[in-house]
Amino acid sequence: MSKAIEVSHLSKLYRLGSIGTGNLSHDFQRWLAKVRGKEDPYMVIGKQNNREAGGKQDVVYSLHDINFTINQGDSVGIIGRNGAGKSTLLKVLSRITSPTSGTVKVRGRVASLLEVGTGFHPELSGRENIFLNGSILGMRRHEINAKLDEIIEFSGVERYIDTPVKRYSSGMYVRLAFAVAAHLEPEILIVDEVLAVGDAEFQKKCLGKMNQVSTSEGRTVLFVSHNLTAVETLCNQGIYLDMGRLAMQGPTLDVVREYVSRDLLARRVVQSTEIKRLGNEHLTIVEAAVENGSSENPTDIIDISSDVRLKITLINHTKDHHLSVGFDLKTAKEEVVFGSGGKLHSPPGMPTVFTCVIPGNFLNDDLYQMDIYFHTPSMSKLFAQRSMVSFEIKDQARDNGFLGKINGMIRPQLQWASSAGITKNV
Amino acid sequence: MSANAESQEQWDVVIESDYPLFNLRLKEAWNYRDLLWILVFRNFVAQYKQTLLGPVWFFIQPMLTTLTFMVIFGAIAQIPTGGIPQPLFYLSGVVIWTYFSDCLVKTSTVFKDNAGVFGKVYFPRLIIPLSIIVSNLIKFALQSVLFVLVLLYYVYFKADVFQLYTTSFLFMLPVFLLLMALLGLSLGMIISSLTTKYRDLAFLVAFGVQLLMYATPVVYPLDSERVRSIAGNFLQWNPLAPIFEGVRKGLFGTGFFEWWYFGYAVTVTVVLMFVAIIVFNKVERNFIDTV
Repeated sequence: MSKAIEVSHLSKLYRLGSIGTGNLSHDFQRWLAKVRGKEDPYMVIGKQNNREAGGKQDVVYSLHDINFTINQGDSVGIIGRNGAGKSTLLKVLSRITSPTSGTVKVRGRVASLLEVGTGFHPELSGRENIFLNGSILGMRRHEINAKLDEIIEFSGVERYIDTPVKRYSSGMYVRLAFAVAAHLEPEILIVDEVLAVGDAEFQKKCLGKMNQVSTSEGRTVLFVSHNLTAVETLCNQGIYLDMGRLAMQGPTLDVVREYVSRDLLARRVVQSTEIKRLGNEHLTIVEAAVENGSSENPTDIIDISSDVRLKITLINHTKDHHLSVGFDLKTAKEEVVFGSGGKLHSPPGMPTVFTCVIPGNFLNDDLYQMDIYFHTPSMSKLFAQRSMVSFEIKDQARDNGFLGKINGMIRPQLQWASSAGITKNV
Repeated sequence: MSANAESQEQWDVVIESDYPLFNLRLKEAWNYRDLLWILVFRNFVAQYKQTLLGPVWFFIQPMLTTLTFMVIFGAIAQIPTGGIPQPLFYLSGVVIWTYFSDCLVKTSTVFKDNAGVFGKVYFPRLIIPLSIIVSNLIKFALQSVLFVLVLLYYVYFKADVFQLYTTSFLFMLPVFLLLMALLGLSLGMIISSLTTKYRDLAFLVAFGVQLLMYATPVVYPLDSERVRSIAGNFLQWNPLAPIFEGVRKGLFGTGFFEWWYFGYAVTVTVVLMFVAIIVFNKVERNFIDTV
């Protein structure tokens, strides 16, 4: 199979802080250093792209020494936490910004969809915008002409096609825009999370179209999404970026599993640090931790039979003496298992510990995460964080019984009984 | 990539941090020529949508400006026009100047105005400045029609005060236009590239263009005693001066034109163009990180 994209030693540096003010002297010093053949004084090498860690240097690697190749016809999902460099990678691949070092080699025409409806002009009609948007995305006029009817039909806005798009509803706008994008015929299609817009039905249509493009039409697709289910269904290859570095490349399922476990396992205990405070003006979360409630050592691996104890240490900055706290327990794939909450005493300005215990023999051998919410007693929102903590439950070796995963989001231990010889109740 | 003839190494696009200084990738821009035309169409149509008079504004602007000039520079300041009727003199100056200043002003905000699009999709960035030059050319053509109408009026009805004396320099008109377009484009590209980092320049352009008009023989002929007595020979080093004077030479036979003078304008334009290409090329690649 021939290569479609080859990325070697790709790095991208970003300067932090304010850009534009007081830079003339920096620029001059950099220029001076360059002329004298010295290293740029403002490019200090070796900093990781980790926004939670403090650092004195005002440059970070958004991408650091990335190497991979993508074969023609592959559909590749790019995953990673926010700020891992996914978008930067797409921007470099789609030539919106250039790398600081390294090379990218591409075979075939590239179309990038980092947004739908790029360049749409509100005063122009739908039809005119099809031509405008199509040309911006690299289509020739005759190609657009040949597909015009198809595009209009796909968009479902025939009636309004000669109306200026500023009169469109936002849904119609997105439909028309995606219709143009869907009829591009590049060898390589780069897609950012454009599917986050539109209603569920439309998203389904988009995913279907993308699937068709990659599987039946044999094109190469690069897809960035936080929706792991979408990545798993659409992509056969995965690229996992972590803090600007390539953490893993391989079959999608393996990469997603690696990402999920690495990402989620990193957050069994989260704390406010000097650099990054958890919370807002209403409250500070000093620490949130998931502990093994059945062991003397709360940081032990949580066995399937252990109690799971959520422990939140916080300081209440409101005037109320009570806080309403709740969580949604979710699987790694964002499916909600259940939610729970309570109204708890929390004197203002004083560290208070909230605990909640999920009994053992209830959750499955799996990875879980918790969205945690805080409200006033009268339920006005104070603070919420998605996936604040996460943890893994393990079915550990025992003398008897079934080991490992069984199906389902939960695995409660239920009472089973048998009674022989009595049939009248059946 | 020419060293590797192997088919595995036949890449269509190679993205790297180094880049050739002068490469404008015109071949690539040519592939996007359809985009150029649709952008010209957009610039043209979008400008006057939801206006009552529409493209008529193209004529109203120069007419009102000419009237203003007739009052201020003609009647009040009494600046001589070199024997040419004031409406003709000012209108020709206004139409040509508008072309240059529109090219310059619109090009100078290319990166800022298109940051949204540039940040989301790649196409040869040069297409946008080119579309501005072409759109303005259409506007210029329309306004020239107005000028020709006024000219014909003078030829047929005012033969007593005005004798048409066109010279063969008239055939240089497209060359003058091209020079002006390139000057506007180059200056605009340099300014737009620098404004991505130093926003100050945007302020400078706004009134700088106005000041530049007074330093250019738009409302006065370069070759007059009065101008020389005030500004000496200083104004003649404005690279726009040979262009305006050349156009006048072609239309009315009165301008100051020498070939070395024309060569001077060409030289300045070419130098500015090279600077513009280098700066634009450099900024184009990374401006989205700083805009």
